[in-house]
Amino acid sequence: MAVYIADGGEGTIVAKITGEIDHHSARWLRMDIDTAIQDKSPKKLILDFSGVTFMDSSGVGLVMGRYRNMKERGGKVSLANMPEYIEKVMDLAGMDRLLNGR
Amino acid sequence: MKRPQNEMKLCFPSLSENERLARVAVGGFLAQKNPRVDELSEIKTAVSEAVTNCIVHAYRDTIGTVELTAKLSGDEVYIKIKDRGCGIEDVEKAMEPLYTTLPDEERSGLGFSVMESFTDRVTVKSKPGFGTAVVLIKKLRSKI
Ligand SMILES: Nc1ncnc2c1ncn2[C@@H]1O[C@H](COP(=O)(O)OP(=O)(O)OP(=O)(O)O)[C@@H](O)[C@H]1O
Ligand SMILES: [Mg+2]
Repeated sequence: MAVYIADGGEGTIVAKITGEIDHHSARWLRMDIDTAIQDKSPKKLILDFSGVTFMDSSGVGLVMGRYRNMKERGGKVSLANMPEYIEKVMDLAGMDRLLNGR
Repeated sequence: MKRPQNEMKLCFPSLSENERLARVAVGGFLAQKNPRVDELSEIKTAVSEAVTNCIVHAYRDTIGTVELTAKLSGDEVYIKIKDRGCGIEDVEKAMEPLYTTLPDEERSGLGFSVMESFTDRVTVKSKPGFGTAVVLIKKLRSKI
């Protein structure tokens, strides 16, 4: 499990998460992503799920926490490249509505 | 469930490292049935939720034993996750979507919703002060 942070240009950072997201790994992922937010003060955070092989509701908590974090700073979060089974978990949380303000 | 053709039991301390162990063990046990990838990932996700609840809630601030039992009978999978932790006061309320007693720790209150949508049946028995047992049942669909 690891996060790769890349500069997406125009105040955007992309955090590519790889491996499994559960309660155990979430705390490390959270630290790495929050450090990047702190350092780079992005306007937009893109969470890239293309390398995620497993996720349970701890992943929903991770996204919601980063959403709150970015919102406090006047920024946004979007989710990219979600495998189908991850989308199923996110849908249960109504994540789509939350992130897109619908 | 009819008489199981195979079964296993795994006991481990409530350390977060063991969330993965529980998923891998269940995946290994079910491999004999050659399940579909999507079904296997649904079962692993449901198991992960139940085991995480033992670690995060049942044995909050302590370490206790989590007991996982898995059985197979025909196409039916039976998995029980049991703890002897704090128990749940109001099970019906705990199972409501988005209900959580730990919002400050980035819990989203979706564990039971995930278990319910990814398996066919979820049964919860709990007694405050004594512990909780969650049973997940799922019928494997025929392979493609
Ligand atoms: N094994 C358990 N022992 C004691 N309390 C539990 C147990 N499992 C669940 N609970 C209680 O039920 C509530 C709901 O559980 P659920 O898994 O749905 O959400 P959560 O664990 O709070 O959040 P999430 O699973 O989304 O991270 C928990 O907040 C907790 O109070
Ligand atoms: Mg939970």
